[in-house]
Amino acid sequence: MNGRFKDFEHLLRMAALFAAGILLFGVARAELVPKDFGKYGHYRAGAIDDAAARPLTYAGRARCTECHEDVVTAAAPAKHKVLSCEACHGALLKHADDPAVETPKVDSQLLCLRCHAANTGKPSHQPTVVAKDHSDEPTCISCHKPHDPRTDQE
Amino acid sequence: MDTTRREFLMVGSKLLIMTAATASALEHVIAGTPEAVTTYNMADHWWAMLIDVDKCIGGGQCVRACKTENDVVDEPMYFRTWVERYHINMADPDHPIVDSPDGGINGFSEKYADGDGKTFFVPKMCNHCVDSPCTQVCPVGATFRTNDGVVLIDKEYCVGCRYCIQACPYGCRYLDPRSHTADKCTLCYHRLTKGLIPACCEVCPTGARQIADLKNPADPIHEYLRTHKIQVLKPQMATGAKVYYNGLDGAVR
Amino acid sequence: MPGVDGFMYPNEVELQWSVLIVLYPFITGLVAGAFILASLERVFNVQAVKPTYRLALLTALAFLLVAPLPLQLHLGHPERSFEMMLTPHTTSAMAMFGFVYLWYLMVVLVLEIWLEYRRELVLACRRSTGLMRVVYWILTLGSDNISPAALRIDDRVGHIITIVGIPSAFLLHGYVGFIFGSIKANPWWSTPMMPIVFLFSAIVSGIALVLLMYLVTSWMRRVHVDMLCVDTVARYLFYAFLVDFALEMIDLIHRIYEADESFRALDFMVKTRLFTSQIVLQIVLGTLVPLALLASTQLARLSERARVRLYLMAATLTLVGIFAMRWNVVIGGQLFSKSFLGYTTYKMSFATREGLLPAILLMLLPFGILAALVKLLPPWGDVPRAPVVHGR
Repeated sequence: MNGRFKDFEHLLRMAALFAAGILLFGVARAELVPKDFGKYGHYRAGAIDDAAARPLTYAGRARCTECHEDVVTAAAPAKHKVLSCEACHGALLKHADDPAVETPKVDSQLLCLRCHAANTGKPSHQPTVVAKDHSDEPTCISCHKPHDPRTDQE
Repeated sequence: MDTTRREFLMVGSKLLIMTAATASALEHVIAGTPEAVTTYNMADHWWAMLIDVDKCIGGGQCVRACKTENDVVDEPMYFRTWVERYHINMADPDHPIVDSPDGGINGFSEKYADGDGKTFFVPKMCNHCVDSPCTQVCPVGATFRTNDGVVLIDKEYCVGCRYCIQACPYGCRYLDPRSHTADKCTLCYHRLTKGLIPACCEVCPTGARQIADLKNPADPIHEYLRTHKIQVLKPQMATGAKVYYNGLDGAVR
Repeated sequence: MPGVDGFMYPNEVELQWSVLIVLYPFITGLVAGAFILASLERVFNVQAVKPTYRLALLTALAFLLVAPLPLQLHLGHPERSFEMMLTPHTTSAMAMFGFVYLWYLMVVLVLEIWLEYRRELVLACRRSTGLMRVVYWILTLGSDNISPAALRIDDRVGHIITIVGIPSAFLLHGYVGFIFGSIKANPWWSTPMMPIVFLFSAIVSGIALVLLMYLVTSWMRRVHVDMLCVDTVARYLFYAFLVDFALEMIDLIHRIYEADESFRALDFMVKTRLFTSQIVLQIVLGTLVPLALLASTQLARLSERARVRLYLMAATLTLVGIFAMRWNVVIGGQLFSKSFLGYTTYKMSFATREGLLPAILLMLLPFGILAALVKLLPPWGDVPRAPVVHGR
């Protein structure tokens, strides 16, 4: 019996090595896997909080209305009332949190034409013009006030 | 003597308590309307997006706003959302001509003549699939679908193997060259959890992009889905895409 | 956009997986193939190929050790790669492959080599001194027993491991095929044939490599080539190649016949951007020519010298062809747009992390490791093996 054990004892050494490896793996796993991993699914639950904690740059229309109700009222009768302020004025959270922070200047020419320049891709319900044929005036805002762009009102 | 001291203590402590109470109340008054304490509960929401192709004017404001809000790399080739222009020449309808100059971030200059065929714009983004193939293949669990239906990426855990980018049928993922991790649209999750709408929806001038909460019975999407013909991109892939398109032409890939 | 024809989704223009990811299936394929050749002798008692047995095992080990390196160089965060072992996502073929790799390395290859070489290791330990003695002692795990009974047990266990090893080798490289084949988003990759095609091309490349190694090392050592051995190995290469070729043709014919929505775009890609690597390198030079060369040795009576020359040429061309096949799958799968409306170009850099230079170095490294292994565990000469006693 002794002789037999002697002859496969080396296999047991190898098996012990494997067992040690598996144990090491188990320890590593317990130590290194984030504690909140698997809480909701196969991922680190903290990642949801990370995503939710990203900084904002756009304030959202409701914030603008808090201080600039007059502009909202002025725009109410015309088509531009559906526009969010930041669609033209850019990201304004910094300004909403601290009004001393200036709002960036709007390049009206660029902006107006982006939506209203005639383009075969634009759906037919969108009012468009071919800028050079439309008027002799140098800028769009010569005739159209951006918040209420109607020209038939005085 | 004792009575005076007791009296003093009683009055004094009352004064102290009242001052403290007034002070804290005043704090609230001075601060203005107290912030509504929003506790966002994932179980109350199931996010989706509605894109109305008939309304899109190809302005590209959404692309620009997304890059601003989410600090997306400025190099032209990486987009969390982009706009494609389709032009279909009626003489050769099987071969649409598609372009997306810089993802549409500066709009589209005119390329076609009137009456040359049909031309329209299609905004694209992550479809936040229910049976998302990208989350299926992630080897480590760095990308996942939340219980409120948003597919997110764990930037701290991602190893940058790019398998998810290969697995997305819609081309909405890329490798952020700064963090060396995968990146894509998060549906502005940081805005949704604060009761705000995604940046792209905020700035869209025509309302072509609308965020929708399918778990909210008051959400207009329920009526919209009932009354319009809706499509998703690549339905044959069975990804359970949750970006619903109205007016999507069959030529759109 | 430079390099783009037609329309690509903006995020698709830049390729995600580089030449390093071409290397990886190539290397693991060589491993699987070399092992399967080795197992021909061990399990199926094909005595003729015995001279290549140990060389095949060492070759497999050398290449398997290098296999993870191109992946590490490719990862955005290689320092996080252990996450694949700690939190493997069971729905991800890539994650599960980590365990298949580990299983194959440790349980199959390392164990088999250890059992095969144990007698020599003990003898080497006994006669060495200094550092080498320590090295050998570690390799023997401190056991000194090489009695006939112990060696018989080694042989029995080794036999079982080889039997387990064959499906493990199939799993190893079939899995790599599955990593590509299971991606429904990519029609160039998505086919149930992919694991099978990968596996058989792996077998072909592995046999070709061992054949080449044997011929080259025999020439280097100035020993006579065992013609019975190389003729047999070449015959197995020929058979495996016929099967591999048939499988790839089935895939191709199937695609052409079904002509689904992706077909025109893929067909155009093969005829233009992939012409050199697919038609010229993979099909003509890498498959048809070696098949013709090998067929000629089977059909005609040729001299030893002529046969050796043909085998050398056939084996080399085969390796080029199988590498081209990996290139065509990995790179080809990223050259076309998932909109089927455009194509991009692969701009391979040279001396960057994922460039050509590291790829070349990584291909040379296994040969360096093999040279060291051959010194440590010489595979040459008649290896006296204790007879397998059946029915114990």
